[in-house]
Amino acid sequence: MTWLRKIKHYVKSFMLWELLQGLSITGRYLFAKKVTLLFPEEHTPMSNRFRGLHALRRYPNGEERCIACKLCEAVCPALAITIEAEPREDGSRRTTVYEIDLFKCIYCGFCEEACPVDAIVETNQHHYHFEKRGENIMTKAKLLAVGDKYEAQIAKDRAQDAPFR
Amino acid sequence: MITVNDLISFGWILLKIIIILIPLVLAVAYLTLAERRVIGFIQCRIGPNRVGLRGVGQPIADALKLLFKELIVPTPSNRYLFIIAPIVSFAPAIAVWSVIPFDKGWVLANVNAGLLFVLAMTSIGVYGMLIAGWASNSKYSFFGALRATAQTVSYEIAMGFALVGVLLAANSMNLQQIVLRQQGGIWHWFWIPLLPLFVVYWISGVAETNRAPFDVAEGESEIVAGFHVEYSGIFFALFFLAEYANMILISVLASLMFLGGWLSPFQGIPGLETFFAWVPGIIWLGLKASFFILLYLWMRATFPRYRYDQIMRLGWKILIPITLIWIVVTGFLVELHIPPWFN
Repeated sequence: MTWLRKIKHYVKSFMLWELLQGLSITGRYLFAKKVTLLFPEEHTPMSNRFRGLHALRRYPNGEERCIACKLCEAVCPALAITIEAEPREDGSRRTTVYEIDLFKCIYCGFCEEACPVDAIVETNQHHYHFEKRGENIMTKAKLLAVGDKYEAQIAKDRAQDAPFR
Repeated sequence: MITVNDLISFGWILLKIIIILIPLVLAVAYLTLAERRVIGFIQCRIGPNRVGLRGVGQPIADALKLLFKELIVPTPSNRYLFIIAPIVSFAPAIAVWSVIPFDKGWVLANVNAGLLFVLAMTSIGVYGMLIAGWASNSKYSFFGALRATAQTVSYEIAMGFALVGVLLAANSMNLQQIVLRQQGGIWHWFWIPLLPLFVVYWISGVAETNRAPFDVAEGESEIVAGFHVEYSGIFFALFFLAEYANMILISVLASLMFLGGWLSPFQGIPGLETFFAWVPGIIWLGLKASFFILLYLWMRATFPRYRYDQIMRLGWKILIPITLIWIVVTGFLVELHIPPWFN
């Protein structure tokens, strides 16, 4: 029955059957739900384990957590952390310099893992930029400021992740 | 001697030209937005919606950007031809609109050979592409121009034959007469007796305007942008305007010749005819043309690009024989006075 198939093929071609099928499919997609995310207004859902901009946390009474044990400095694979420590007036050991070079940092999260007092953390902030050379160095003051600003979010993320640790 | 009357009639013509041109240019501008939105929607995206309310300012922003861009004339190019080319391609695309009737009597020049004028003007547009490709002195634009020219010339034949069918059926080359011959509602329009010619006309119209799936002339993946690679700023905008004006023209022509132009589709249907009597003809024409424009965008979002030899095969070996056969059939239909079209 090859001739019958041939005729069928010709009729189908001249009716533009397959082209119309294609058009009907794309026509249906014209009314389908759109997947676009309107970025500045909408955001994709984010994991509570997201490793973004660093922060130094404080205890609820305002005392900084970091005790200058330098475990983060030791574990940092990119050597991005620089710490100098001295006893404070009250005799407790505190950092005088705590700097993270964000150009060196690879955002592996080891510093957060190593920290015995949950002082250094990586927040879920990832929309930041530098306009001048040198701004990439996160000083202690900047890190503490980030921590103060996002403490609620940081605490929430840690609490959500706690059952899995 | 130039009399006052001459000046007055000259002023009237100028005014009419402006009345036609401004909506046309606006339509072209918003066609670019419509294209991006419709194709976006088909691809499950939203498309540009940032400039102004839902993106209505986008075409204006684009136009301003193009206006302020630097005009680059490449050193190895032929300077004069390079500058003439966009004008040659834009001017005919605008000039054709002088013979297009938008409603009964709404036409700038009621020419008896209107169809011929349309064919001639759309053919001149090819020279713009050819000159642009040649004058740029770049291999991509040269290839693009060659492809565009060969394609346009081939499909012009099929298109011309399709129009011969219309001419036979309407017994006139005046576009107004062609529309008036289709009076009497949707079943009296020429799309039924001339269905194959209608399809052929549409396909060759798409090929004539170098739109997807026949857009090898500017195939981005192969030859960058074809004949207008070297153009920037307002020159590029002129090519762009010409292309989109031609798209609208093909759509309007298709509705004039096969879908009864400005005639209401409800003519002759008792209740609906009086119910829709208040709708002006230009609205019907606009609706019909919009359908074809949507079809342009729809096809672009659906079909992959043809291979070059396939384009040539389709044009010469399929479309032209179909039109030749159907011209003969149309001749018989007209000669035998087959109602309701040819009585």
